Amino acid sequence: MSKYYLNYLDELESEAIFILREVWAQFDNPVILFSGGKDSILVTHLAKKAFYPAKIPFPLMHVDTGHNFPETIQFRDDIIKDLGVQLIVGSVQESIDDGRVAEEKGKNATRNALQITTLLDAIESNKIDCAIGGGRRDEEKARAKERFFSHRDDFGQWDPKNQRPELWNIFNGKHFEGEHFRAFPISNWTEMDVWNYIKRENIAIPSLYFAHEREVVWRQDSWIPNSEFLILEDHEEIVTKKIRFRTLGDITITGGIESDADTLEKIADEVSGMRQTERGNRSDDKRSESAMEDRKRQGYF
Amino acid sequence: MLDNNQLLRFTTAGSVDDGKSTLIGRLLYDSKSIFEDQLQAIETTSKKKGHDGVDLALFTDGLKDEREQGITIDVAYRYFTTPKRKFIIADTPGHIQYTRNMVTGASTANAAIILVDARHGVIEQTKRHSFIASLLQIPHVIVCINKMDLVDYSEEAYNKVINQFEEFSSKLLVHDIRFIPISALNGDNVVNRSENMTWYQGAPLLHTLETMHISSDINKVDARFPVQTVLRPQSEAHRDYRGYAGRVASGIFRVGDEVTVMPSGFTSKIKTIDTLDQTLSEAHAPMSVSITLEDDIDISRGDMIVRSNNKPEPSQDIEVMLCWLNNSPAKPRAKYSIRHTSNEQKAMIKEVVYKINIESLDRNTEDKDLKMNDISKVKIRTTKPIMVDAYRENRTTGSIILIDDTTNETVAAGMIV
Repeated sequence: MSKYYLNYLDELESEAIFILREVWAQFDNPVILFSGGKDSILVTHLAKKAFYPAKIPFPLMHVDTGHNFPETIQFRDDIIKDLGVQLIVGSVQESIDDGRVAEEKGKNATRNALQITTLLDAIESNKIDCAIGGGRRDEEKARAKERFFSHRDDFGQWDPKNQRPELWNIFNGKHFEGEHFRAFPISNWTEMDVWNYIKRENIAIPSLYFAHEREVVWRQDSWIPNSEFLILEDHEEIVTKKIRFRTLGDITITGGIESDADTLEKIADEVSGMRQTERGNRSDDKRSESAMEDRKRQGYF
Repeated sequence: MLDNNQLLRFTTAGSVDDGKSTLIGRLLYDSKSIFEDQLQAIETTSKKKGHDGVDLALFTDGLKDEREQGITIDVAYRYFTTPKRKFIIADTPGHIQYTRNMVTGASTANAAIILVDARHGVIEQTKRHSFIASLLQIPHVIVCINKMDLVDYSEEAYNKVINQFEEFSSKLLVHDIRFIPISALNGDNVVNRSENMTWYQGAPLLHTLETMHISSDINKVDARFPVQTVLRPQSEAHRDYRGYAGRVASGIFRVGDEVTVMPSGFTSKIKTIDTLDQTLSEAHAPMSVSITLEDDIDISRGDMIVRSNNKPEPSQDIEVMLCWLNNSPAKPRAKYSIRHTSNEQKAMIKEVVYKINIESLDRNTEDKDLKMNDISKVKIRTTKPIMVDAYRENRTTGSIILIDDTTNETVAAGMIV
């Protein structure tokens, strides 16, 4: 006699597959926003399941800041080859060269906010009507209010006070010319759920998530990797540490944590004992109390 | 977490001062689901605002406007996990002007927590929240009688509230109602058993949430499979594959079952039930699968595969309990798009039978305008038949939304009577 109920990971998986199929059915030209981080890798894995035995029926899109970990780009190219899907790249460097955006100045300069323009340009020029992201509601307080199907006006902006109500499992992706949607199939997953699922399914992720030796510098309470973009202050010193990354963003802003976790089991164990949120190591979120909400309103991921 | 751990979604409705945010903060804090950097941020804000100690309620603040006004405007989702279950909280504002958000949060919930201030007993708001829980058919309702510390942890005060509640709740359709005396502020009977109320023999709130039986809440009888999309790989390995992708809404489908495709009425047998991981012999709600049939029939999005011996009612005239969600009131005899599972048609509101006064729960047959937050019984006519079940039998095939084609907004949500 079977039990006829799902465990929590199977239920989250089924929900995400349902959302991905709704996106495919309701939009003409969706893409998966692929950053090479674990959340977008997870969404891609779920999309594989949603459309099996067919291929994922839409492209992956990468907003390339030029400040990448080389490992991430390698991983991205491998996964594209494996899935046999198209890759669209939006380049922040091109946006800078075209004069669409200006590079930030100073030691803590990042290309994080610059991505918004590149992302919206890529959405417009490729006529994308739905960009599927790996955002989760547990990540950040502005994201806790995000819908599964989230409307963006023709300037790409989010209006959090005027969102469409979402009831039961009925999703409304209707939109006018020029507007688009963001869809978040893993809204209900927590960081721990993501790791437990990656472990269970044995999903390949970039080596950066596993403990490894790396040249780093201590800045803003975490280990920032040495790279060609790093500008050292007088008092700062480059050291070699065994670290791993809990989230992946630009090499300039992603801080690592000291760790010996070099397998998925050890990572899941380590994460379950963590007392800091994962975005605590991201300097892009430390700028102000509403840093995420402000960027999201403008069209950020 | 163990392999058979389930997911429980619950909603909390409440308004300013009833202790809802404190209760959620307490659940998250005592179950160790708040991280240090989050706690630090709350400590800083508490100090800035001049509060004594750490105000746990701040943890549930979201958007800039909400922080500034100190209220919840929209539904916020919170997550926590215990060794027994994963929980999703739909945290909704409780004031009458946010009825639509309560309805939204309630639509996917297995359980509702209704907070009652022990000093004030059952008030209009309690009745409204209970009515919404009953209307949306939330299977389990937990009435938390809060602020017991302010009534000297008195059993008499607790029993008085229970009596008040049972007096009016007999009119509602809720099968499982439980009562727990708590103090969210001090943590009595939230996560840990209260030492101040030894007269209370029941379980604390968290234990109740962890152990309540939810697997029988899903309808296992009426097999319904709304088709989302058709999978046709056209690849070397799967040249003739034609799979119907969807999520089982209710019931159980087995390979070999006689099925009927609605609305065409064509019949066939289930050939395979597929997922990437394995080929299954059966699928139940809420599994996402791909179903193939023995015969080649024309099936597309919006169709529903059902077991031939148990079919829903195809209908163009439906009676619905409708909650209006939009700032713009309903236009008389205007056409809307209606969404029912994966099916979309045009529809017209033919008649408003009555409106419910959600403070007194009386029916009003005079005022028939449909304005934001109104809950009314209406008659709807659709251009083509839709395959409906009664909402109380089936939350997935018994629910609809209306979309205004001039704005594309979701303007109403309905439960089929």
